[in-house]
This record gives sequence, C-alpha cells and structure tokens, in this order.
Amino acid sequence: MSQGVGVVGLYVRDQDEALKFYVEKLGFRVHTDSRNGDYRWLTVQHPDQPSFQLGLYKPGPPVLDAATAQTLSEIVAKGAMPPLVLEVDDCRVAYKRMHAAGVEFTQEPVSRYGSTDASFRDPSGNGWKMIETRKVPS
Amino acid sequence: MSQEPELLRRLLRAKDRMDVASHEEWSVERLARVSRISPAHFARSFKDAFGVPPHRYLLTRRLERAKTLLRDTALSITDIAFQTGWKSLGTFGRIFRDVTGESPGQLRVREKAASHELDRVPACFLSAAHRPDLKIAVLEKRRREAKVKNKTTK
Repeated sequence: MSQGVGVVGLYVRDQDEALKFYVEKLGFRVHTDSRNGDYRWLTVQHPDQPSFQLGLYKPGPPVLDAATAQTLSEIVAKGAMPPLVLEVDDCRVAYKRMHAAGVEFTQEPVSRYGSTDASFRDPSGNGWKMIETRKVPS
Repeated sequence: MSQEPELLRRLLRAKDRMDVASHEEWSVERLARVSRISPAHFARSFKDAFGVPPHRYLLTRRLERAKTLLRDTALSITDIAFQTGWKSLGTFGRIFRDVTGESPGQLRVREKAASHELDRVPACFLSAAHRPDLKIAVLEKRRREAKVKNKTTK
C-alpha cells in the first residue's frame, strides 16, 4: 500500500518515559528518534504494522507556547484525549503479559459482544482499549 | 482553572476506578486514597478537574450502566437496580426518573422498539454515548421541575 495514514501522534508528558512504555511494555519498535535542540521527533511502530507510525510528542516549545503546552498536558492527564484501540489476537494472553510488565490496566479482560476487551492507560494518561480481533467464521 | 498534570493524572485514577466498578461504594476517603491526596482536598480537586463532584459522576455511571442493562438484557428492573449499586429499588426508580425523565420500565419499552444502527461502534464507546449529562445536582433538578409544575398548575 502506498497511500493512507502514515503517522498519528499522541501527546505524552515525557518522551523517555513514553518510549520505555511503548517499546518495553507494549512491544512496539522505535521508527524514528531525531532531535533538534529542544525538539524531538519520536515515532514508534507496531511490529506487525510497518506502514503506520505512532508519534510520541511532548507539547511544548518551539512548536507551542508554554500556556498551550500546559493546557494540553492537563487534557492528556485528565484522560480527555480521543480513544485509542489496540487490536490483539488474544486479549487475555496480552493482558497477562502486559499486566506482569506493569501496565496500568483500568479494566481487566471482559468477554462480551462476541469478543474480549480490556483497557489500559499509558503513563501520561492516554487511554487504550485492547480488543481481541474478531475471528471471522470460516 | 489550571491544575498540575501530575495531580490530574492521579485524580484520573479515581475516575477510572469508578468507571470500572461503579456498583461499588466509593466514599471520598476511598477515592482520595486511590489518588493519593487528602480527603479534604479530593472532592474539590475532582470537581475542578472533571466538572462534576465525584458522587454525581458515580451516579451518571450507574445510570449509564442501568440504561445499558435495560436495553441489552432481559434482567428484571430489581436485579438491574442492585447490580448497578443501588441499595433500594425505590431510590433507583426515583433518581432514574429525575435524571432521564422517564421510568426504567418506560425506557426499556422505548429502547426495545427503536432500531439502532450502532453495531459498528465498539461497545464501550457506545455506552458512553448514553451517559446522562448531569450538569446539576439531582436535588436541584427536582426543585426546578417542581417549580415549573407549580407555575403551570397556578
């Protein structure tokens, strides 16, 4: 595929902390980590999804003024950013592994509506729903 | 008003805990422990952060869950009341009516009759769409409605 969404970014409170979380606890890989002064362009990738990058950005200068950055940091910490969905083959297995790694789950796996889902947050407050991919009946 | 992100992140934990277990009892002391702040500051900080006092937030979550169960299950209204954290059926029915404007039974009949094309929305987000918007206290809502009624009967 040569067309489509390439990068979607999240705001995080600390890029080192976010990098550790997404790589070590969730199993993502670093795609780009490039700095220029205060600015750091950091993206990670799901190992099964090479055409998509998840950006981990810290709101602040030089892109944003201090007051705007503060407002965004508050919004993230309140969990008010849009929902994110992570699809997994087996929700309970993924939960077990991630929970053991210290991921903050806000909902344990529940089986309903023909699938199993759980919820977790990254250290900054971004909320993820982890949903087991529905098995298409063959 | 501006609050420290670090505090907000801890307040969010208390909100998350109510979200996942709204049927449980959530005293200010218990919530304050989750957020690691003093009970004296908790209620005010929570309201500043999320716009509603913690007990009213809990109420909206319980009603949201009750609505989902009324719509999606065949559970009796009594079962739903107790499963969603109410101690008495009467209190559940009264507050439900005060907030939504109809009784649990009426909502069930109406929802069953309506067809929904929302089956492509993940269930958890769908549930949030049905969360009651409770900007004022239930008591205040009751007072305002009583006033309107009095006016119309005069």
